[in-house]
Amino acid sequence: MSKPRTLFDKIWANHLVHTQDDGTCLIYIDRHLVHEVTSPQAFEGLRAAGRKVRRPDLTIAVADHNVPTTDRSKGIEDPESRTQIETLEQNVREFGVPYFAMDDVRQGIVHIIGPEQGMTLPGMTIVCGDSHTSTHGAFGALAFGIGTSEVEHVLATQTLIQKPARNMRITVDGELPAGVTAKDLVLAIIGRIGTAGGTGHVIEYAGSAIRGLSMEGRMTVCNMSIEAGARAGLIAPDETTYAYVKGRPHAPKAGQWEAALAHWRTLPSDPGATYDKEVSIDAASLVPHVTWGTSPQDVAPVTGRVPDPAQEPDAGRRAAIERALAYMGLQPGTRIADVRIDKVFIGSCTNGRIEDLRAAARIASGRKVAAHVQALVVPGSGLVKEQAEQEGLDKVFRAAGFEWREPGCSMCLAMNADRLEPGERCGSTSNRNFEGRQGRGGRTHLMSPEMAAASAIAGTIADPRAA
Amino acid sequence: MQKFDKLTGVAAPMPMINIDTDMIIPKQHLKTIKRTGLGKALFDEMRYEADGSEKPGFVLNQPAYRKAQVLVVGANFGCGSSREHAPWALLDFGIRCVIAPSFADIFHSNCFKNGILPIPLPQEAVDKLMDDARKGANAQITIDLERQEIIRPDGEVIAFRIDAFRRHCLLNGLDDIGLTMQKGGDVEGYEARQKTTQPWLSMAPG
Repeated sequence: MSKPRTLFDKIWANHLVHTQDDGTCLIYIDRHLVHEVTSPQAFEGLRAAGRKVRRPDLTIAVADHNVPTTDRSKGIEDPESRTQIETLEQNVREFGVPYFAMDDVRQGIVHIIGPEQGMTLPGMTIVCGDSHTSTHGAFGALAFGIGTSEVEHVLATQTLIQKPARNMRITVDGELPAGVTAKDLVLAIIGRIGTAGGTGHVIEYAGSAIRGLSMEGRMTVCNMSIEAGARAGLIAPDETTYAYVKGRPHAPKAGQWEAALAHWRTLPSDPGATYDKEVSIDAASLVPHVTWGTSPQDVAPVTGRVPDPAQEPDAGRRAAIERALAYMGLQPGTRIADVRIDKVFIGSCTNGRIEDLRAAARIASGRKVAAHVQALVVPGSGLVKEQAEQEGLDKVFRAAGFEWREPGCSMCLAMNADRLEPGERCGSTSNRNFEGRQGRGGRTHLMSPEMAAASAIAGTIADPRAA
Repeated sequence: MQKFDKLTGVAAPMPMINIDTDMIIPKQHLKTIKRTGLGKALFDEMRYEADGSEKPGFVLNQPAYRKAQVLVVGANFGCGSSREHAPWALLDFGIRCVIAPSFADIFHSNCFKNGILPIPLPQEAVDKLMDDARKGANAQITIDLERQEIIRPDGEVIAFRIDAFRRHCLLNGLDDIGLTMQKGGDVEGYEARQKTTQPWLSMAPG
């Protein structure tokens, strides 16, 4: 009998093109997502070597990081941002790569549009020059971020040179309490295992609480795997996955659907498969979480307090906490719910999907954003925006004083005009609270869309369960 | 790619843990469409005031470390964004080797594509090299990739291990794409099989 295999082991084996004696593998890439920031040097490399894109039919390009979220008919004001997008447009024309232009309703954050278009399917290998490619693992696809040299390698050869990762499983059993979201779950996980807890591993999320999540929630969890150090997160495909995929533009068509389904059903980890690392979490014990520091592992319950570095026994960690509190302008022992905010950002590849906007709108409905707070809602894609408008969510947000913007990465990393000023404090549904991430000197508190909406209204970080 | 075989130079100490790639090169510098010229923006927000003047306290602004070729850093170096601009900025500044208790995966892989050698070592060994680095320009260290050895200023040798294939590519400055192109037949064979077994994967119209 063959050894029981994990979901990761199976996808890996299915994509092996060649294995060297030393174990270095050449793996095939089924889907390559390309955006404007990490691709220009890769296309330039192809051009210099006289190479072409091997499989344009497995590749899709979109501009997301630099795009303005305000009126786009005016073009892009920043000359460097404009050049980067124009360069992408030239490259996709020259190399014949499919592209969603800025005025295409399908344009959006690369990790939102892949699943939306059915380009992301179970069992695939998916890469992109972007660390949040881990998002697509929610479909049971092995999806991970790569550097620009690897982008060039995939464009030229449709393969990557890799060594297999180790297997890690995080089992979350039980039921998430009311008001506790997928974002709270993944923040709690990162708080528990640390920002390097998954390094060298692919994390498979399992257990009844994971199976109970919608595809949107699963994407939120897998998205932040990289914040726990894992290049990829994985969730076994199931009926929830298949129902989401079916009928999307690039999903297998009627004649192929059954064959695809039969293949996908072979993917979940075999009973008895072993993992190099295991963690289990009791879903029922979780509460809404928020970050207080400058690493995604710096989390606390919304009902908690800012930690005291003096209580930290490890010297390196203590220094990191002291630096983080100085940067964040926070005193040890401060109640999290007393922390006043200036801005709110609802969006990003972590929480810019329709379900996220619905959840935030439920809290915002009939209320008003605090007078001192500027609150932005940035849908993850043109289609998310369109659907939200059909449901009237834009009206709910606008009536409450939120700004309703065009889709893109926006203030998650502030490459466009949306950013924090020095010292400004933001409740953000994005994925990174690093120093300067949302603007030089800006202070980020990562949270769920529900908490972001509740905080916008309260003017301080707020428990959405009380809203 | 530039080869890496052996270097002797000054090491700069940065004992912080979790130095992320946003710190190494913040986003305003990612708008470039070139690989070169990022050295002046390396560690931008730690290195410069908002008005562009240097922060004298920052290690790479100190006279002893302006020509550092090695960084000795805390655990989980290079976490966060996949931006290859991080190793490009290090390389453009002149850094050819980074020594840490651990590295984030994507950054680690990106280094090898750019002729930078990332060396993971046990914390005690990193602590010794951190002490050496604190001595400034008078304490040069030697990194010998062929022998997989670091030679401290006092002559003590610290052994390290690098993945054999990556070491081979770095020692010879080999281009990954060229190597893979030689396996074109294997790739074609794989594609032919996949077309039969999973015809739904192509997004080609029709």
